[in-house]
Amino acid sequence: MTVTDTVTRPADTAVIDSIRVSTPATGLRHDVRAVGVIWRRELIRFRTDRLRAVTALVQPVLFLFILGTGLSALASAGLPAGVDFKTFIYPGVLAMSVLFTAIFSAGSIVWDREFGFLREILVAPVSRASIVIGKCLGGATIATFQGVIFLALAGFAHVPYNPVLLLTLVGELLLLSFTLTAFGVMMAARIKQFQAFMALTQMLVLPLFFLSGALYPLNGLPGWLTILTRIDPLTYVVGPMRHAVFSHLNVSFGAQHLLAPGVTWGGWLVPEWLSLAIVAAMGLAMMSIGIAEFRKTE
Amino acid sequence: MSLETAASNGQRPALQADGSADGTARPVIEVSGLTKRYGEVEAVRGIDLAVYPGETFGFLGPNGAGKTTTIKILCTLANASSGKATVAGFDTATQRDEVRRNIGLVFQDTTVDGYLTAEQNLRFHAEMYGVPKGALQPRMRQVLDMVGLWDRKDSLVSTFSGGMQRRLEISRGLLHAPHVLFLDEPTVGLDPQTRSSIWAYINELKGREDITIFLTTHYMDEAEHCDRIAIIDHGKIVAIDTPEALKASVGKDRVQIHTDDDRSAIGALARVFGIEAAIHEGLVTFPVSAGEQFVPRLFTELGMPIRSVSVSRPSLDDVFMSYTGKTIRDAEASGTDAMRQMAARFRGRR
Repeated sequence: MTVTDTVTRPADTAVIDSIRVSTPATGLRHDVRAVGVIWRRELIRFRTDRLRAVTALVQPVLFLFILGTGLSALASAGLPAGVDFKTFIYPGVLAMSVLFTAIFSAGSIVWDREFGFLREILVAPVSRASIVIGKCLGGATIATFQGVIFLALAGFAHVPYNPVLLLTLVGELLLLSFTLTAFGVMMAARIKQFQAFMALTQMLVLPLFFLSGALYPLNGLPGWLTILTRIDPLTYVVGPMRHAVFSHLNVSFGAQHLLAPGVTWGGWLVPEWLSLAIVAAMGLAMMSIGIAEFRKTE
Repeated sequence: MSLETAASNGQRPALQADGSADGTARPVIEVSGLTKRYGEVEAVRGIDLAVYPGETFGFLGPNGAGKTTTIKILCTLANASSGKATVAGFDTATQRDEVRRNIGLVFQDTTVDGYLTAEQNLRFHAEMYGVPKGALQPRMRQVLDMVGLWDRKDSLVSTFSGGMQRRLEISRGLLHAPHVLFLDEPTVGLDPQTRSSIWAYINELKGREDITIFLTTHYMDEAEHCDRIAIIDHGKIVAIDTPEALKASVGKDRVQIHTDDDRSAIGALARVFGIEAAIHEGLVTFPVSAGEQFVPRLFTELGMPIRSVSVSRPSLDDVFMSYTGKTIRDAEASGTDAMRQMAARFRGRR
């Protein structure tokens, strides 16, 4: 990257000579720069839009405190002594706190298309892959921020502020956010109206949440529900997150096994690493589809 | 006049794509046999043209004539159905990134991010185009000064008026020092005062930068700013030359008269003078050579009262009419302009 002709005169005097800039040939280094700037734009917009961060907090708070408190008397019958229902649902609600933010951040692609900015991005000399990757990483980052805000409320659900636990949860949130954003980007590549995108998102978010085992244990379910829960990507993050929470609680091994059994396939316990690898693989696959969609030209 | 002679007329030598300043003008934009179909609709039906370094080239035609489609192909945003186009020496179909690095774009619809400040918008653009970090600050200052927005660089773009947003887009399109600047209807939806200030910036720009400008417009008065124009109608170029040469080719003056009975006036004109007249803009309109000398004859020989008469030298309107058989206002699908302005206002509000 070089300046072919440097500034001939200070820019603030009446210059006739133009400042000439030479833009570099496209390459990996330039694409990384493009990923960075698209990622940064997401962050700037998240920072300036505080209202969004607050509204995105409302739903998980409702679930944790209203539903969680309201059902605790009923649920305590099925819970080992000393385990609060709020603690049980906390990992799932934490996953939910990033759900909306991640998918909506991808929705900004649809918004940008409707309001023109996408065209500024698409005529730039950068690869389509770097645009989509930047978008996915940007959405993952701000959704994780959103999750961290909710993580601050962990104490209200009797979840300890243990550094190892918190780091584990943040890492898992980041992975989940990435996959959800990639899912949103894949949809956004095809959907042309923001309203349609919103409607579709609304339609998908609650099923994803309800099927993830966020509100109930995944063992002993009827067959049809077992199958549905096992195809929900959220399941493979909620399982490990709940396991992480319960392994930092003072509960008996039996209670831990009962409440956080991990994800099973026909009796076979899916190892935690595989569980998370499935989520990552889903994210990468959906991101690749998004890239392929954006490579198409009218 | 052929393309070659038009190009050698007063073309100042300018930088080629490879940076050499040789006098033999090689086209910066070369288009041959370009077509584009959308399903059943043939938006562009075989376009050939060449634009030379330093030119301001105008694409003039009514809405829906294929102007925007052609620009989209030249800017790599759409694939041609057939034919070939090169910009700055690069093929728009196979060397997209090279084309993109060499062009700047200003669209008719706003493409700045209202949630970012003016400076953040430009920085985003600079990163996307890989503008060297050392050159960015002075260059940003220069392009913002050019459009008079330097002191507003820290304002959110959503607080800008439509004219300011368009000016910001022009400065952004120039930030990476492109060889060709594409302006798609740069003044549509703006008030007359803002339109003329946009043109002042564009004309100033030509003095400052080694740049070729390719623009589309459906405003006749704006086409007058161009070195050469192509008149496009129904996806085809019907005429291509300098505005002066095009007007001279029409040759005839335009006479418009107002009578009590336009229908019989048209009949009388045909009977007495053998002139074919038509109603345009509510007036009986017809072309004659040497209009001033014709008017006295008109009064004595037409045999019916005339309430008013006007004679005008050929304008681009007449050029358009003589090549397409209609005025550009007739050709406009009624209401599209109004709709676009409404859309622009809606965008400004968000």
